[in-house]
Amino acid sequence: MSTGFSTGRGTVTALEAASMTVAPGEFVSLIGPSGCGKSTLLRLIADLDEPSSGTISVFGRTARQARKEQAYGIAFQQAGLLPWRTVRANIELPLQLHGTAAKARRDRADELLAMIGLTEFAESFPDQLSGGMQQRVAIARSLAESPRLLLMDEPFGALDEMTRERMQNELVRICAETGAAVVFVTHSIPEAVFLSDRVFVMSARPGRIKAVLSMRLGAAGERGENLREDTAFYAAITAVRESLHGADAPALRGVETR
Amino acid sequence: MTGAGTRTPLAARIGWAAGGVLVPVLLWEGYKFAGPDDGVSLAGIPLLPRTTDLAMPHVWTMLGRLAEPATSAAGAPPLWAAVLEAAAFTLGIAALGWLLGVLVGTGLAMVMQRFRSAGSALLPWIILSQTVPLIAIAPLVRRWGSQLEIGSFAWENWMSVAVIASYLAFFPVAVGALRGFASPQASHVDLMHSYSVGWWRSFLFLRLPASIPFLLPALRLAAANAVIGAVVAEVSIGLKGGIGRMIVEYAAAAGGDPGKPWAPIFGAVLLGLAAVAATSVLGLFLNRYRRGEQTA
Repeated sequence: MSTGFSTGRGTVTALEAASMTVAPGEFVSLIGPSGCGKSTLLRLIADLDEPSSGTISVFGRTARQARKEQAYGIAFQQAGLLPWRTVRANIELPLQLHGTAAKARRDRADELLAMIGLTEFAESFPDQLSGGMQQRVAIARSLAESPRLLLMDEPFGALDEMTRERMQNELVRICAETGAAVVFVTHSIPEAVFLSDRVFVMSARPGRIKAVLSMRLGAAGERGENLREDTAFYAAITAVRESLHGADAPALRGVETR
Repeated sequence: MTGAGTRTPLAARIGWAAGGVLVPVLLWEGYKFAGPDDGVSLAGIPLLPRTTDLAMPHVWTMLGRLAEPATSAAGAPPLWAAVLEAAAFTLGIAALGWLLGVLVGTGLAMVMQRFRSAGSALLPWIILSQTVPLIAIAPLVRRWGSQLEIGSFAWENWMSVAVIASYLAFFPVAVGALRGFASPQASHVDLMHSYSVGWWRSFLFLRLPASIPFLLPALRLAAANAVIGAVVAEVSIGLKGGIGRMIVEYAAAAGGDPGKPWAPIFGAVLLGLAAVAATSVLGLFLNRYRRGEQTA
């Protein structure tokens, strides 16, 4: 599949011959330099943009059908909570828009609030929450309709390092609980390695998938803080980094391992 | 109104408000005391007004006049009561004009938001509409209205005044609402798209609530415009009973009764304040829509 966009001077190919398959329940990361089209690829899956050629199939349907049937949940870099709605009302938003009864909505929101550990903030407004808390609410919202696929576009990109690692631990736990497949866009190598079953390494201009690396750093339930200090974790980081920089960058590699 | 205002101590706020009233009074009386009787002219061009009791009555003359009967006729109500009654009459018409203007303005903004081509076609006309002088449209509205007769319904002059008030009121609402409806972030619009809800639902759940911070100042401006429109239209249409007509009538009495023409002017000021205060009260109920999202 490929896509491009038109500018005054012609068409720029944003993404070329990108092909990927995600298994149910699998956590997949897209990593690459800025402008490699990783966000574009995610937007294509979400049917927020249309590919100029090629097909996307989500659970055997087109991306459009999948969107219409609410087969996926989505979270962006900005939490994107509606500031005039309480935390609870924000989580309930997709359910309310799709006509779920008030009682069922409430129960589901209670469940999700407990899952993200913000039960006591249910009636707070987003501006009373920290950035990390807002992002947790956004993730709860994306899970509201129990999608089998979760699309995340650098959801922790705006958070500080400590919050980020805590959120990663929580995401691993949440994914294990819900069994949803995840396509996760990031530009952080440790983040991709820590979270993923497989990492898709992309290159820029035109964006294409350069390599697919399997991680297998233990089952989701066992992944925790100690994994971050494991030698296997560092080996995987090195593998992804080498793949990102390409085989023709030995000098750089030498510098980094010194 | 502003965040800074709510943090000032109450006493200070009362002090500033009193000062706001006191300073013009002192300037008025000070100039009246010190200025020459014939005013100040430069090369035949009058720069400052005459300070005679006829041209510039004392503030206490104006206020004292309010307590006296409106006319010399037996059983006439005190002037303040007559002014208040006229102000209430005009306020009613202005409120109707405001409501009409808000509905039309919001409706136009919705159409312009929904159809981009309609936006580029309508917006120049909306701006152009405000360059037509009120005096020019008043007789037109009156003539068109008088041709309207459906069953027992007959067009009356006060309706023409309300229509003209709405003509001034709809403009800030249309512009403010259009900006407000376009204000949601791209990620919010994407989110609505990912929920595959139609235009109407995403309007109700996203664009309308997001527009409130833009809409409230527009509504306040519309209230002030509706009052001005109603007062001026009363004069142009010749509608009796309102404050606009009263200003013209009492101005004729200035010669023998210099305090009297000021009464309906105070009434008009009060009218504008009441209208703006009413829209501010509306804002209190919509406080939750004025929260800014804290960016992480």
